[in-house]
Amino acid sequence: MSRITLAKGLNAGLRKAMEDDPKVLVMGEDVGKLGGVFRITDGLQKDFGEDRVIDSPLAESGIVGTAVGLALRGYRPVVEIQFDGFVYPAYDQIVCQVAKMHYRSRGRSPMPMVIRIPFGGGIGAVEHHSESPEAQFAHTPGLKVVACSNPVDGYWMIQQAIASDDPVVFLEPKRQYHADKADLDETATPEPLFTSRVVRRGTDATVVAYGPTVKTAMAAAEAAATDGTSLEVIDLRTLSPLDMGPVLESVRRTGRLVVCHEAHVNLGMGAEVAARVTEECFYSLEAPVLRVGGFDTPYPASRIEEDFLPDLDRLLDAVDRSLAF
Amino acid sequence: MSQSREAFGPDLVEVFGPSQRDGGPDLVQLLTPEGERTHHPEFDLDFSGDQLRGFYRDMVLTRRIDTEATALQRHGELGIWAQLLGQEAAQIGAGRALRPQDYVFPTYREHGVAWCRGVDPLDLLGLFRGVDHGAWDPRENNFGLYTIVIGAQALHATGYAMGIQRDGAVGTGDPDRDAAVVAHFGDGASSQGDVNEAFIFAASYNAPVVFFCQNNQWAISEPIERQSRIPLYQRALGFGFPGVRVDGNDVLATYAVTQAALQRAREGSGPTLVEAYTYRMGAHTTTDDPTRYRLSDDVEHWKLKDPIARLEVYLRRNGLVDDDFVADLKVEADALGHRLREGCKALADPKALDLFAHVYAEETEELRHQREGYAAYLDTFEGAR
Ligand SMILES: Cc1ncc(C[n+]2csc(CCOP(=O)(O)OP(=O)(O)O)c2C)c(N)n1
Repeated sequence: MSRITLAKGLNAGLRKAMEDDPKVLVMGEDVGKLGGVFRITDGLQKDFGEDRVIDSPLAESGIVGTAVGLALRGYRPVVEIQFDGFVYPAYDQIVCQVAKMHYRSRGRSPMPMVIRIPFGGGIGAVEHHSESPEAQFAHTPGLKVVACSNPVDGYWMIQQAIASDDPVVFLEPKRQYHADKADLDETATPEPLFTSRVVRRGTDATVVAYGPTVKTAMAAAEAAATDGTSLEVIDLRTLSPLDMGPVLESVRRTGRLVVCHEAHVNLGMGAEVAARVTEECFYSLEAPVLRVGGFDTPYPASRIEEDFLPDLDRLLDAVDRSLAF
Repeated sequence: MSQSREAFGPDLVEVFGPSQRDGGPDLVQLLTPEGERTHHPEFDLDFSGDQLRGFYRDMVLTRRIDTEATALQRHGELGIWAQLLGQEAAQIGAGRALRPQDYVFPTYREHGVAWCRGVDPLDLLGLFRGVDHGAWDPRENNFGLYTIVIGAQALHATGYAMGIQRDGAVGTGDPDRDAAVVAHFGDGASSQGDVNEAFIFAASYNAPVVFFCQNNQWAISEPIERQSRIPLYQRALGFGFPGVRVDGNDVLATYAVTQAALQRAREGSGPTLVEAYTYRMGAHTTTDDPTRYRLSDDVEHWKLKDPIARLEVYLRRNGLVDDDFVADLKVEADALGHRLREGCKALADPKALDLFAHVYAEETEELRHQREGYAAYLDTFEGAR
């Protein structure tokens, strides 16, 4: 048992995966000596060597494209994209090559690759350092997309993603990296990777969140409880495939749903969740599904990012609107 | 069928060496680190006293902008700052070689070039403070906004240069009309697809663009050897245009080489790659910790090549500046520092509803709806707006 941050959880998970399987490689910009700009790969190069923890040239298309080749050769590359906004030079490789290799080779060429992306805002950074590109990848068949929200999930989910024979876009809420600590029991049996989970029980309305907004949702539930409103909070954890089971079950009980994410609302994950809930539990709904997210503007200058990001108040406001319906 | 190993030529790693410090035999230099004026068969110029004093002043003030901004970051007034310490000569040499009609596409560290273009240094701070994404009007001084995504601007520069070509503003012989473009980027950026694609486009269309690479030896923690096995300027040959390596800590040489490259472009002779061989004396940015990946011995070595010190030695030795000049300049730098300090603190935060401004030239109905909805929401809080 140890008490760890998300950064430490991911680091320990990567380390474990590398110990367990010599085919696992870590690649990316500054992942070696520096340990990555967020220090997620801290110490790995020292212990596993430069052949397994590879400081790559500054070229995202190159990083992902060569990882494709390494995967074809039987390796399991874990690539780090330094910041969310820098994944786009690799976008073509990810959506056209990584995502389709298994399909077009009729299963002969699996792509056991993990693409780690620190995502989301709230750290006061300059532009391109605070984006939420998840919908772009979740919209691409052939990719799996997950988002961890806490240290324990960080530890397990990264190992499970590496063990998966499918390519996984692995989203890490960067503002949580060094924030909260949690107890990790390395001997526990983890939840399966592609499942969502109820993280707080409630009866009046359901709030669905993932990544950085799970914390926001939990804070909103705390606040609502003091007003006598009982919110159920679900951490989606997996965005593609979407695990709607716990969401549907919850909405059937509460009759109300608010989806919260940092990404732009238009065509975001919330739209998909809302559509599926409407299809599956139309008669249980007491109110339309509401979405709270980033506005449909580019990510703003950091001094007003708190206005852009969904916070506790905006979430509670949506909950109130739902309850008032 | 076997091929003898020799047929492939020598091993380039042996030729280049892992950490060459002097720039190699092809380095163009006009002023040694000791402040001695040297000469070069192709790139030599006569500099007037005023010109040299101007370079000196520019470098001193640019360094002041940099140290002031670094201090402002330490005091929490800026979220982050990309320091240029050590790269003043590379930037002032390149910046002063420009004509008004030329156009510059910078990365995020070109504070000295911005200075040469007449951009108010205070305008540079907004991006790093988090109040905007760039406060200056790119058209006013033909100086584009800073670019954070590495290498992207190399293509923009090339496209802009193609536009100049189409406008017939190349090779007319009219010095006020013929124009060129400079794309600034780092050694790390040379690995990006965009930069290599820019090279291809520029070469294929003979675009009037100068690729100005400041090889400061590091891309965050990664040394130049991680990006290239050959000296960067030699890459140009593979794309079909000339490359030159210049001492980036020598403002005279940087000026001379950039001016020649710009002139070539303006005349219609196409692109050039200029590699300014220099060193990042500070951290990558104020959030970086270089002690994790580089030797302090290296930093000490490069301190001896300080671009400002060597010009000052030369100027003093030749009676081009005296104590009064240096003292006056210090007063000017102090005033600039003071203005930046006060100005930075006074940079107002954007208003919440500024979020929605300028997303489109023609606002959409949907976005108007979001803006009005958020305004109404804010009105439910006292004094939120
Ligand atoms: C496409 C992209 N990938 C990664 C980054 C993160 N990053 C910012 S600066 C930098 C290193 C740049 O090195 P170099 O091109 O040599 O320029 P320098 O900062 O040394 O002047 C990196 C990796 C980025 N900004 N854009």
